[in-house]
Amino acid sequence: MDIVIRLLYVFLGLFIVLNWGLLMSAIMRKIGARVAGRYGIPYYQPWIDLIKLYSLRDSITHGVMFYLGPVFRVSGGVGIFLFMPLIFGSSYFSNFSFAGDLVLIMYFQFFGMLGMALGAGEGGHPYSAIGISRGLSQFTTIEVPMTLAVISIAVQYHTLSISEIVAAQQGGIMNWTLFTNPFATAAAMLSLLGAFGHSPFNLVKAPNEIPIGPPTEYHSAFLGVLRTNAAILHVIEAVLFMNLFFGGAGNWFELIIKSFFIYFWSVFVGVVFPRFRIEQSVQWFLKIPLLFGVIAIIIFM
Amino acid sequence: MINENNNSENLNKFLHKENEIRNVETPDGSIIQVDPLNDYFCTDRPEVKEPKNKVIEKFLNWARAESLWVLGFGTGCGSIEIPPLVTPRFDAYRFGVQMRPTPRQSNVFIISGYLAVKTLKRVIRTYEQMQGPKYVLALGSCTINGGMYWDSYNTINRLDHYIPVDVYVAGCMPRPEALLAGFNKLKERIKDGRAEGANEYAEKFDWYKSNQKKIVKDWNMPDYNW
Repeated sequence: MDIVIRLLYVFLGLFIVLNWGLLMSAIMRKIGARVAGRYGIPYYQPWIDLIKLYSLRDSITHGVMFYLGPVFRVSGGVGIFLFMPLIFGSSYFSNFSFAGDLVLIMYFQFFGMLGMALGAGEGGHPYSAIGISRGLSQFTTIEVPMTLAVISIAVQYHTLSISEIVAAQQGGIMNWTLFTNPFATAAAMLSLLGAFGHSPFNLVKAPNEIPIGPPTEYHSAFLGVLRTNAAILHVIEAVLFMNLFFGGAGNWFELIIKSFFIYFWSVFVGVVFPRFRIEQSVQWFLKIPLLFGVIAIIIFM
Repeated sequence: MINENNNSENLNKFLHKENEIRNVETPDGSIIQVDPLNDYFCTDRPEVKEPKNKVIEKFLNWARAESLWVLGFGTGCGSIEIPPLVTPRFDAYRFGVQMRPTPRQSNVFIISGYLAVKTLKRVIRTYEQMQGPKYVLALGSCTINGGMYWDSYNTINRLDHYIPVDVYVAGCMPRPEALLAGFNKLKERIKDGRAEGANEYAEKFDWYKSNQKKIVKDWNMPDYNW
């Protein structure tokens, strides 16, 4: 296929994913508000917030890394998007997926975090530093069960290509990894709770504790870039889990339904459970999720 | 420095220990001198940033009006009216009013009631750290003329001598309904393009600074705080 047409479809996919991510964040806050007995923000509020953030007249800077932090973050998010096959069997919405894209995506997940750590560190606010140290230590422990689950799947399907993993799960719900490899799914879905950073594991932004963590000094267009990236990243991480464990999606409708439920698995857990401390969080990931991950590896070795 | 004579004397008298000029050893072993007040803070004056294209600005002003991020900073007794405002009874989130924990990200500063001299200093620093266009909502009669603290030794009487105010909400204290009405008034002003407080502050910067320094005797911070 011509590269120009391919790029156009990538941008179309990015546009859809961005808007779906913004709508999901609005729905999430709406649910939080309904739980608290409020009506909450209008559904279109995230778009207005973005327009406002990009249109502020002042934006001070703390140095070069302060500029590059959001850039790294957004290149991490868009990087994951570029190599993620969105719709199974569609040559238009497979983006630039290739034989080893799973490894690259695992790397890109950490890339944004590191860039953000450098940028927010230059902001100089103490809460940023606390948030960064928490975020990096938590994410390092999340990676352990998640990587074990991914290795287990790679061993199970004899491939590191996401498209082939999705292809192997076709032909009925019982072919999903959820049923063929339940331990890997459990390990990954538990570590997903930490990756999305909702309530039990929201130590990085920690509202009312270290308000609001690493982006404390970020404002105007910087914050706009971070929010755009958050919208993309939430959808695309849900799509990653959908592809690996829930049989992928044959069309956009299926993608939206599945990514909604995967994302809201972490939201609903977050509504129920209060926040961990950082040492509790780290220990939690190194107990049951790690055990599930090891079992998943042993079964398929 | 704007007001040399006032500053040099006061700075020496009230300077905090962490802001004193001192020698620091760098990781590679050399000794450098650090002057926190000049090194760690921006020394540029604020600039007037005029709105450019009328049509685009109208659209952007609509977005700014519908997305008011309020700084969580209560200065007086009026800050007790803020919790009911964002909880189920009044639920200001419906109108695009959201709370932010940091001045960098907020656009609306609610001065909630009387302003002690000690708090004025923090208000100035915080206001200057906010990114424009920024708006100030003043609650209660205390911010208009001093109210029941009119002859107090430790509060200011008129807020708009120290920072530009967009909307006053009168009362002692105004109820959350009145505050919501104030937000609506602020939205109207922003949509009309009349809420240019940040530019006004930049234009009359010297006047504001001299007023502030008349009140804050122990001025031991940099002149500019952004």
